[in-house]
Amino acid sequence: MANLNRKIGDVVLKVEGISLSFGGVKALQNISFDVREHEIRAIIGPNGAGKSSMLNCINGVYHPQEGEITYKGIKRHDVDTHEAAVNGIARTFQNLALFKGMSVLDNIMTGRNLKMKTGIFAQAFHLGPARAEEMKHREYVEKVIDFLEIQPYRKTPVGRLPYGLQKRVDLGRALAMEPTLLLLDEPMAGMNMEEKQDMCRFVMDVNDEFGTTIVLIEHDMGVVMDISDRVVVLDYGKKIGDGNPNEVRANPDVIKAYLGVSH
Amino acid sequence: MQSGDTFPRLLLGHASARGEKPAMREKALGIWQTWSWARVAEQALTVAAGLAALGLKRGAHVAIIGDNRPTLYSAMMAVQALGAIPVPLYQDAVANEMAYVFRDAEIAFAIVEDQEQVDKVLELKLQCPMIAHIVYDDPRGLRHYTQTELTSFEQLLASGRAFGEKNPGHVKSEIDAQRADETAAMFYTSGTTGNPKGVVHTHASLIDRARVAVAFDKLTDAEDILAYLPPAWIGQNIFSYSMMLVAGFCVCCPESGATVTTDLKEIGPTYYFAPPRVFEGLLTQVSIRMEDASAIKRNMFHYFMGVAKRVGVPLLEGKSVGLADRLAYAAGNFLVYGPLKNNLGMSRVKCAYTAGEAIGPDLFDFYRSMGINLKQLYGSTETAVFVCMQPDGQVKSDTVGTPVSGVEIKFTEQGELLVKSPGLLREYYKNPTATAEVKTNDGFYRTGDAGFLDADGHLKIIDRAKDVGAMADGTLFAPKYIENKLKFFPYIKEAVVFGNARDKACAFINIDMQAVGNWAERKGLIYTGYVDLGSKDEVYGLIRECVEKVNADLAADAKLANSQIHRYLVLHKELDADDGELTRTSKVRRGFIGEKYQVLVDAFYSGKAVEHIETQVKFEDGRTGMVSADLRLAEAKTFSAAGAVKAA
Repeated sequence: MANLNRKIGDVVLKVEGISLSFGGVKALQNISFDVREHEIRAIIGPNGAGKSSMLNCINGVYHPQEGEITYKGIKRHDVDTHEAAVNGIARTFQNLALFKGMSVLDNIMTGRNLKMKTGIFAQAFHLGPARAEEMKHREYVEKVIDFLEIQPYRKTPVGRLPYGLQKRVDLGRALAMEPTLLLLDEPMAGMNMEEKQDMCRFVMDVNDEFGTTIVLIEHDMGVVMDISDRVVVLDYGKKIGDGNPNEVRANPDVIKAYLGVSH
Repeated sequence: MQSGDTFPRLLLGHASARGEKPAMREKALGIWQTWSWARVAEQALTVAAGLAALGLKRGAHVAIIGDNRPTLYSAMMAVQALGAIPVPLYQDAVANEMAYVFRDAEIAFAIVEDQEQVDKVLELKLQCPMIAHIVYDDPRGLRHYTQTELTSFEQLLASGRAFGEKNPGHVKSEIDAQRADETAAMFYTSGTTGNPKGVVHTHASLIDRARVAVAFDKLTDAEDILAYLPPAWIGQNIFSYSMMLVAGFCVCCPESGATVTTDLKEIGPTYYFAPPRVFEGLLTQVSIRMEDASAIKRNMFHYFMGVAKRVGVPLLEGKSVGLADRLAYAAGNFLVYGPLKNNLGMSRVKCAYTAGEAIGPDLFDFYRSMGINLKQLYGSTETAVFVCMQPDGQVKSDTVGTPVSGVEIKFTEQGELLVKSPGLLREYYKNPTATAEVKTNDGFYRTGDAGFLDADGHLKIIDRAKDVGAMADGTLFAPKYIENKLKFFPYIKEAVVFGNARDKACAFINIDMQAVGNWAERKGLIYTGYVDLGSKDEVYGLIRECVEKVNADLAADAKLANSQIHRYLVLHKELDADDGELTRTSKVRRGFIGEKYQVLVDAFYSGKAVEHIETQVKFEDGRTGMVSADLRLAEAKTFSAAGAVKAA
């Protein structure tokens, strides 16, 4: 289902020899892979394989003990979360981290926070420059709302929305950051078939329309194989496969990790 | 040539008389954007030039498919400016349903809203190869489409400007060449039986009826209305298109179908039209929210609605009411009716209309008692809507008003209503047989509705003339009349009554998922979905009460006492237009349903208590699936004409 007009570019993100452990637990061991511009890159693997830990290393939530991360040509040992965000890395969360009592609009607006230049004082008193700035950002947020087709819920508190829509709001907030690299942590988990189809379409549209590079973690094999350009497979913190969906599907180690093997 | 006798000339008139005043509003990125008359006219003329460049000629039919959008309205104006004929189609119809219309009207041009409609028309092209051009408004999702038939609105406007420079005055001369008795638009009737028929209306017929309606309620160019019903339905088309062009008022388009309630509140229309089911839906929502509200609010609501019920309608009609009641009503207005009307988006409504189906007396009075001037009218596609309307101060829930200016009515011996009016259709397109069937030699149109004038000269409609039947013993059987009575209960969404030429009447019921679901929640009933909820004993009991109340009502009328409902069942699926059970305007197709569920009808009359049924359903994306269930057929109490209880 790959888009014909989309051009996959050069490597934008490269992780080399990443190892991360929590005490005696080795979450990631010597992982290396790269992500090219405009591609949809999936990370798959059984529970506890280290997928979320990998994302957390990329955007600086975890600091790996070993290894290097190269993003936009700059090599770092560990990444700072703020720096990651400023450099255009946005993410969504597996267990949603939305402000349940706030409206959809306000939640997505928080995604614009980094782009706001006026101070807290000006914002609190809604002074001229702050107001002008808010209008500009509100317009962008409305574009996101339009893109994700959530107009009817603009003013609804997020906590009152069904799960599938909350996931969409979570994506909306990440999109509001105008990211160049979007990390999606199980965007389709817990969704029904129809919601999954919608979400797939949105992910592909984001990639297609804005040219955003996407790294996603997903359990649903159908989804992964359909929408990704390349797939990394992790198992117990080790990389056991890397390649396009067909290669990965045929990889004996991957089959073993997923289906088990007779002893 | 007279000014203002065709739609394009009306448009040009408004552009010069009130060029800067708002003609249309549309929400873009969360903010209402206003289109002035000058902009609408400018766009329509440019689009017309663009269509001329694509080769659109006088008399050709152009399909218009989509929601109410300023671009699509301007496209209709553009098509008319070239002397071509817009054919609005229902935007939620599937491709196959459209195929007949495309072939019948030999449509080569389609102007559509978005990717969804483009996909349908492209699919249609396989069956209808004459489709040559598809113009789309919203480019979303269409970037990778390479079909040569496609033109975006942007491209159309650009080629229109280029064409206009090379051929200045082309569009203007087309407009000048038009006559009022030429075809202005064609509307396909949804048709409860057979293929849809194209109803041909001239500029003269549509404009005449729109003028009458504007004058009837003294509408001005300051009105705001919300266009949210399908533009393919003549009601929406005449309210928002013809009347807009006659009166020069402003038409607002909701952001999407799902945001209508919010948009209604934000716009606060002054003139409003909705079929009864919309008013019913609003009331259901209000009732549910009130049941869930705190005790103080709930008591306040019930107390003041009691006051409104007593004095609201007399106050609205300007009758004298005691001081104490006036004060109580004023307090109620401050505390309940005002905020409620505001919430429903009806605080500015000068007058609102409902039509198409009978409206329940309680429902009707609920709105009127709050001070909303809700009225009824009668008309159809063939009569360009306005035949009868209720004048202020003469409003009743069971009539549809008196004939309006220009209309003459009479009845056949069988009680069928005949209408003569300047708004009558010219003909059914390419169908002289059908035209001859409905038009009498002396120029009357056979409405197919059975009714009579009451003592005050108000028209009362009971049913379709062909549906009025007889029970086995020869007494009157008017199924729709009974179905409407059932549907007046909030728990019943649809009802289908059988009994023609039988000794007893029986009914299929569709429960209202929202109302019954909420009722079940408050009762602590656990259910998984529609089928499960519908088969609960408690729900059968709830429906039984409704059926028995209807029976008691019917028993009071000697003519109808025999058609009381003896047995009923709750259907295992909701009746749906996609499965052919409802028309696109949500009317039940009784004959079709009777055939489809023949086993259930037979089970009614063979006295079975349970029957198994398996039904194919069509999902919105065109796939199909099966639903099966064992349905219970229950008995209801009936009453003798005198009112005493009789065993079932």
